[in-house]
Amino acid sequence: MLADLPILSLITFSPLLGILVLLLLPKHRSRWLKVTAITATIIPLLLSLWLYADYDGTKGGKSYEEKATWIETSLNKEAVGEVTSYTVNFQYHMGVDGLSMPLLLLTTIVGVMAALASVHVKKRWKSFYIWFLLLEIGMIGVFLARDVFLFFVFFELTLIPMFFLIGIWGFMNREKAANKFLLYNGIGSAIMLIAFVVLVATAGFSVEQLSDKQQINLSYSGSYEVISSNLTDPGSYVNMPADQNQGQDNPLYLSERMRWVIFLLLLIAFGIKLPVFPFHTWMLQVHAEAPPSVVMIHSGVLLKMGAYGLLRFGIFMFPGVAQDWAVALAILGVINILYGAVLALVQNEFKLVLAYSSISHMGIVLLGIASFNEVGLNGALIQMISHGFISALLFLVVGSLYERTGSTELKDLGGLACSMPFMSGILLAAGMASLGLPGLSGFIGEFLSLLGLFGSMKVITGIAVLGVILTAVYVLRSILGITFGAMPERFGAVRDVRLIEAVPMITLLAFIVLIGVYPAVLTEPMKHGFDVLLQQLTEKAGR
Amino acid sequence: MDAAQQQLQSLTWSDAGYLAPEWILIAFAILLAVLDLFMPQRSGRSIIGWLTLGGLLTSLGFVVWRVLDMANKASDAEAAGQAASVTIRLMADSYRIDYFSSMLKIVFLVATALIVLMSLGTVKRAEIPDKGEFYYLLLPAVVGAMIMASSGDLITLYIGLELLSITTYVLVGMRKHAVQSSEAAFKYVVTGGISSALILFGMSYLYGVTGATNLGAIAQGVQQHAADYPALLYVGFFFILAGLGIKIAAAPFHYWAADVYQGAPTPVTAFLAVVSKGAAFAVIFRIVYNVAFYASSPGKPIADDVFLAVNVLAAAAMLIGSTMALRQFNVKRLIALSGVANAGYMLVPLGLSLKGMHASNFGEFVFYLAVYLLMTIGALSVFSVISKSVGHDEVGGFSGLYYRAPWTAAAMIVFVLSLAGLPVTGGFFGKLFILLGAAQSRLYWIVAIMVVSSVISYYFYFRVIRQMFMRSTIDNEVDVPATSGVVIWLCAIATVVLGIVPGPVLDWIHSHFSIVNDLFIR
Repeated sequence: MLADLPILSLITFSPLLGILVLLLLPKHRSRWLKVTAITATIIPLLLSLWLYADYDGTKGGKSYEEKATWIETSLNKEAVGEVTSYTVNFQYHMGVDGLSMPLLLLTTIVGVMAALASVHVKKRWKSFYIWFLLLEIGMIGVFLARDVFLFFVFFELTLIPMFFLIGIWGFMNREKAANKFLLYNGIGSAIMLIAFVVLVATAGFSVEQLSDKQQINLSYSGSYEVISSNLTDPGSYVNMPADQNQGQDNPLYLSERMRWVIFLLLLIAFGIKLPVFPFHTWMLQVHAEAPPSVVMIHSGVLLKMGAYGLLRFGIFMFPGVAQDWAVALAILGVINILYGAVLALVQNEFKLVLAYSSISHMGIVLLGIASFNEVGLNGALIQMISHGFISALLFLVVGSLYERTGSTELKDLGGLACSMPFMSGILLAAGMASLGLPGLSGFIGEFLSLLGLFGSMKVITGIAVLGVILTAVYVLRSILGITFGAMPERFGAVRDVRLIEAVPMITLLAFIVLIGVYPAVLTEPMKHGFDVLLQQLTEKAGR
Repeated sequence: MDAAQQQLQSLTWSDAGYLAPEWILIAFAILLAVLDLFMPQRSGRSIIGWLTLGGLLTSLGFVVWRVLDMANKASDAEAAGQAASVTIRLMADSYRIDYFSSMLKIVFLVATALIVLMSLGTVKRAEIPDKGEFYYLLLPAVVGAMIMASSGDLITLYIGLELLSITTYVLVGMRKHAVQSSEAAFKYVVTGGISSALILFGMSYLYGVTGATNLGAIAQGVQQHAADYPALLYVGFFFILAGLGIKIAAAPFHYWAADVYQGAPTPVTAFLAVVSKGAAFAVIFRIVYNVAFYASSPGKPIADDVFLAVNVLAAAAMLIGSTMALRQFNVKRLIALSGVANAGYMLVPLGLSLKGMHASNFGEFVFYLAVYLLMTIGALSVFSVISKSVGHDEVGGFSGLYYRAPWTAAAMIVFVLSLAGLPVTGGFFGKLFILLGAAQSRLYWIVAIMVVSSVISYYFYFRVIRQMFMRSTIDNEVDVPATSGVVIWLCAIATVVLGIVPGPVLDWIHSHFSIVNDLFIR
């Protein structure tokens, strides 16, 4: 039933329906606009839940794949001699597998919650929600696209709406933050584009020869499958140092050094998004300046796009090179963890505490990846999902908090548990999840990542654990400071959360608890997500 | 054919039929000039504008008809098993009607038609006293560009170049009462003169070495004499390249562009940015591929050096154009500098030569030129509407456009994203295919420079977006004339369509254009 529907396209483009309706609505009707936008995010959520229910981890996502020719352009044949066709071929190819299924779910859930949290937006609702829904299309598309340029288009599609969302609806220094966001991510995408273009022009080339019909089809393809299978296949052109027949240089050959360069380019490109230590400054400003509901998306989903891209294009395409870089990746991870944790400890602004904590937590993802074994990789993926939920929840609370108190400076806040017991409880629970309390999702991700890494790099794991301890310190320092202690008088009259704010808080917390006590909801679909990679690594070790 | 016979071949009546697009434009230009003369001074000149548009569209119709006819003949020939070239050669191969020229002519005519349409609502007599003249002078200019695209001989080529140049000198100075306009016209005449001199000087060396003016004959001559006269050939090529570098405003030959674009009336700015530039590119294609390509002998890689020079010119144009635009707040100067960077992007496929399995240089170029046409003319027509309402040319004029004219602001986003090379716009695919071509030819440093320069350009392109969406302003009403609205929306829709499905257009270009028949003149 489900396999007959173009379910992935439906999920990706269903927010478009919302955009069309929004365009027709008058711009001062804020209630209609909000209801439309929230409905438009619920549709992809329902569809992806349906997909999740139908998805069988052992079978993989083959049956849901959608393939159609997007751009097929014949090239000038005169340069290649007698062939039937010579083309550039980009496909509209959407697919889902163990890696993207959990992330898809994360995106659609956080999408709805952020749409609900956007009730605090005070101006220009119409364009806010249009950009918001465009952003959602981009995010979903990133996790489902299986053609490098389709991926790139979706990736850039998140960039432009984010620029507007930060720059128009943010806090005081919004434009500066938007510019910095654009600059860093623009550089990241540019580097990614270089890597992709080089890959398509070398590894994307394949020859299809139908021997009985004397047909030879040459094509450059952007397909993820074609590129990765060409890279691993020893018989493909990209792996031949020179053309044996004519003894001349093979223009398609990618030398070992070029592979290193491409991997490095991808690492930097996605490292900026992740963010990896020296490239993180933009995300601090975004955390501090963007409207809280947009930060939910940013911290909850957009950062994961970096980790996902690194896995999908860096690690999966170049498993050999990546494994040589394992120690470097682990060290980068540890730097992220410690740097983030130490700086989170001394911040006076709650949003910045959370921003640095994001850096720290994304470092754990890097550690999980660096382990290159199933436990660690699963840990990395769970950590991505878990951090997505936790940071979305934290920023949801921040949004409501700011609405009432007008400040997120730690020194201005205190004793809020008296006047807002419910919200303080949620904040505390989110904090506990963030510091890795067993029974909540944060624990599973951290534990599995560190466990996976412990096998190969004991010292680094040991240092990383220090970061986990620091996490407890800074989380408790800031959250206890907000909820307990002396309450400034002006907060005596603030009201606790409204229903529309409570619903997303409870939902997100429910997912955090669910993953914490029953991680199989995630591990089940992603069971075989890393099989191909692990198999390639064992083959390489065997050789 | 020997040389004597070649010289005797003259234009016959049947040949003249092939030149219908050019004749029509010239006829319209003359008739409109006469009409303008006899029309009472007080009556409006819009009728001349509409007739100019009619002339351009008729000419465009003939070009398209010719292309379809050529495609039919080619497929008939293929069906009959002949590998016949469908190129039409006139006057001893000095004038060629092939896919190379026809595709470019379509671009030029569409661009000029859009420019005329956008002028109809925005050009006012207070600004340009001789409105009639303004319209009908565009016609000989575009004929010049068409001749440049079609010529197979240095002489016709130069005639086209001068026809285009001289008419544009006049057009730039059209705002008679504005000091800036006169200054621009003067600067343009002087630099244009220098450029023509450089080109002629270079051509004289090519003629000196080979004794021919026909490009095909020069190619053969160059092949024979490359070993004997390398120095003369280097001088010839580099002078021509420098002269044409001025015409396309590629750094370091771009200094005139900002002043001239600023002083010229906005529609003329658009014409200079698209048609003038495109025509000069056609000439570079001819010289580089048809002549320099053959100029190699063992030990003296003249061809490689010429291609390297084109690459360096491209790299310089991209980097200098986008860095200089960073500090620019005047929209027309910004368009000029963005035009410098875009000239760099379009030079990239020219400099790739034919390496390995890559031969789709022209397709990449012409697709980008078409996209550049749409986004530049679109952006300039938005600008012309706005500058009229706010009364100045600064980027600040865009401020708060979102509140004043939300749909125009939305169209402007499309143009800006396309100029910046972001999806989903035609500009993205234009750049992507150029990048792919460069990667296929393994010129990775060009790939890197191109991408870096695009990122730099985000900064000033997004400045316009910031103005439109993140600033508020005192209310001046923006009223968009219907004709400008049509241009803006045609360009915006076409840009988005090319950004989602560029396939058909690219495929059409690549499957018809043949390097053997269309790029090289033999």
